[in-house]
Amino acid sequence: MSKPENIYFFGTCLIDLLYPGAGLAGMQLIQREGVNVIYPQNQTCCGQPAFNSGYRDQARDVARVLLNCFPKNIPLVVPSGSCAGMIKLHWPELFKNQPEETAVKRLADQTYELTRFLVEVLEIKLEDLGTPLKVAIHTSCAARREMQAAAAIETLVGQLKHVEKLEQHNKEECCGFGGTFAVKQADISGAMVEDKTRYLKDTGAELVLSQDCGCLMNIGGAFDKQGNSPATQHIAEFLWERSHASD
Amino acid sequence: MHPTEAFSKRINKALANHQARLSLRDTMDRLKLKRQQQFPDKQQLDELRHAAKSIRQKTLNRQPDLLEQLEKKLTENGIQVHWAENPEQANSIIHEILNKAEARKVVKGKSMVSEEIDMNAYLEKRGIEVIESDLGEFIIQLAHEPPSHIIMPAIHKNAHDVAKLFHQHFPELAYTEDVDELTLSARKILRNRFANADAGISGVNFAVAETGTLCLVENEGNGRLSTTVPDLHIAITGIEKVIEKLEDLPPLLDILPKTATGQTITTYVNLISSPRKPHEKDGPRAVHLVLLDNTRSQIYSCEEFIDTLRCIRCGSCINYCPVYVQVGGHAYGSTYPGPIGTVLEPQRIGLKQMGNLTSACTLCGACAEVCPVKIPLPRLINQLRAESNNSEFSKNRISGKGSLRKPSEAIIWKLWSATYAQPWLYSIFSWTATRLRFLAPSRLAGWTKYRSAPKPASRTLHEMARQQGFDNE
Repeated sequence: MSKPENIYFFGTCLIDLLYPGAGLAGMQLIQREGVNVIYPQNQTCCGQPAFNSGYRDQARDVARVLLNCFPKNIPLVVPSGSCAGMIKLHWPELFKNQPEETAVKRLADQTYELTRFLVEVLEIKLEDLGTPLKVAIHTSCAARREMQAAAAIETLVGQLKHVEKLEQHNKEECCGFGGTFAVKQADISGAMVEDKTRYLKDTGAELVLSQDCGCLMNIGGAFDKQGNSPATQHIAEFLWERSHASD
Repeated sequence: MHPTEAFSKRINKALANHQARLSLRDTMDRLKLKRQQQFPDKQQLDELRHAAKSIRQKTLNRQPDLLEQLEKKLTENGIQVHWAENPEQANSIIHEILNKAEARKVVKGKSMVSEEIDMNAYLEKRGIEVIESDLGEFIIQLAHEPPSHIIMPAIHKNAHDVAKLFHQHFPELAYTEDVDELTLSARKILRNRFANADAGISGVNFAVAETGTLCLVENEGNGRLSTTVPDLHIAITGIEKVIEKLEDLPPLLDILPKTATGQTITTYVNLISSPRKPHEKDGPRAVHLVLLDNTRSQIYSCEEFIDTLRCIRCGSCINYCPVYVQVGGHAYGSTYPGPIGTVLEPQRIGLKQMGNLTSACTLCGACAEVCPVKIPLPRLINQLRAESNNSEFSKNRISGKGSLRKPSEAIIWKLWSATYAQPWLYSIFSWTATRLRFLAPSRLAGWTKYRSAPKPASRTLHEMARQQGFDNE
C-alpha cells in the first residue's frame, strides 16, 4: 500500500488513561511523515477486556461505538498489538451475523499495528539523536502472533545507531499479563512476570521496550516493585524522543 | 469443595514447590530447543503443519464412514472391534475380554485413553494386576500419581525422586541416583513382567481405515513388547484417531515426533495389522480394539469445537504453554493438562466442573503457533469462557453452559460497558480519573502483590489530541 493522505488513530483505553504520551508520540511520528492523523474524540475501547472474559454482548456494545468512529475508508492505526488484533481478527467473529458485519470486515482489512505501519507503509527512516543506550525488546504476544509485528519493532530499533539491542532468554514467552488473567489468576501471573523480569534484567538492558502498554504495565509495575530495575517505555514514545529535535 | 476453589489450591501448591518449578522450566526449555532444531526452515514447517492439518481435517469430514470401513477391515484382518460409548462400557468390555482369556496379569503400554477411563483402578478392583511398562508411567504408578504430561508422564519427577521411589519399592536394589542405572533396573524388572504377562494393553496413535492397521509409536520398545509378547493384545483408543489411508501416515509420523520431543523419528514405529497367523511363530493369538466415544461424538456435532478432534496428542501445546511451565500438569486436576486439556476437558466433563481451567490462560497464542494440526486453541478457550458465562451463547451441546456466571462479575462488565459505550460518560470518567489520580489505590488485590499499582496520567490522550489540534473526523 502507498502512503495514505489521512489515517484514523485509535489510541486505546489503556494509553488514554495511563500512557497518553505513547499515543501522542505515535500520532506525531505518523504526522511527521506527511500523513494527516485523525483522532476521533468519541473513541473509548475496542471491547477486548470483556471479549476475553467471556462477556461478548458487553464487548460488542463497546466495540460498536468505536466502529462508528471510523466511517471513512482510510487506514486505522493502533499503537497496540492486542487492540489492533482485536479489531482485525476478533471483531469479525464478534460481529458475525450482525448488521455491522460488512463494515467490520472493511475496517479489519484496513487496521494496522503502529510499528508495522511505520515500517511497511510509511517506510520511515529514523535518525538517532540520542546517546548510547542498551535496550531489550519485549514484543507482546498479540503483536507477535496476531499482528506479525515482531520484525517491525526490531527494524525500527535497529535504525537507531546509538542503541544496542540485547536479547533476553525465552524472549517469545508471555509476560503474564493477559488482561483479567492477571487478576483472576494473580499468582500464576505473578510467577510469570517474575521469570520475565529476571530474564530481562539478566541482559543488562537499561530500558525495556514494547508495542503494548498491557505488557509495560505488567513488566514495569513488577520492575518498580522490585526496585533497581530497567526503565520501560512504549516504542512510539521512545522512537519519537530519539528522533525528534527538541526546539 | 467448589471446583474453582480446588483449582486455586492445586495452583498454590504447585507454585510453592520451587524445586519442581525449576526442573520443569529446565525440561521445557530443552524440549522447545529440540523442537526448534527439528524445524530450521519456517516455510517447511508451515508446509508440514498444513499437510498434517489437511489430513486430519479430511478424516474428520468423513469420520462416520471411515469408522465403518475401519471396523470392516480390522474384522477381515482378524482384529475384533468393540465400541464403547463411555468409560464404564470401555472398562467392562476390557474386563470381559480379560476374564474370558483368564488373564490375571496385564502389561500396559502408554495410553492416555486408558487414563481417561481410569482403567487401572477398575481392573485392579477386580483382581487383575496391571503393570505400566512405559518408564514414566512405571514411575508414577509406583508413586500412585496420575500423569502430569500426556507424553512425559513423570516429567515432574527428578532423578532423586525416582531413586527414592525405587529404593522404597525394590529394597533389594542398591540405592542410586544415576539415571542410566535406574533405567537399567526398571528394564530388568519389566522384562520379567513382559515374559509372565497374560495380556498386553496399549493405546493407538493412528488407526488406518483403508488397511485396518493400528499404528503405535514409542521410544522404549515397551509398546512392541506389550503388543507382541503376551497371547492377548487389547488396544484402546478414541474414535477420532481414525485416518483414511496408509499414505496419510508418513506426514503425520514425520511431524509428530519432531514437534513432540524434537526427535526425527521415534525409536519404534509399530504397525499392527492382525493377530498371529497360522504359519507365524510369534505375536498375540488374539487382538482386540476398543473404540471409545466418551463425548467425542458430541464434540463432533459442534461446528466451533470440532477442531478439537484434530489433535494427535503430541503435547507441543503443553511444552510451549507459559502457564503449564509454572504450575505443571497436576494443578489442572484433569486427565489432559495444558492448552489441549483446557479445551478438551470442559467439553468432555462439563463446564461446571472443568470450565475454570479456561481462567488459567493468557490467550498468548504460543500453543496454536506450534500445534502441528493448527487447532485454534486460544479461540476455543475464549469461546469456552463465553459458554461458561452465558447459557444462551450458542447452540453447541456442552454440559454446564452458563454455570460459571457470577452475578458480581456480570455487574462489573455491565457497568464497564455502560461507561465505555457512552463517550460522554467515558469522558467524565476519564477526566475524573486523571484529575483525582492522587486518589488511585496503591493496593489492588492480586496485582500489587507482585507489582506497583498503575497510576492515571495527569491528562488523557483525548485532551492532548485536542490541544495539539488533531482532527476529530
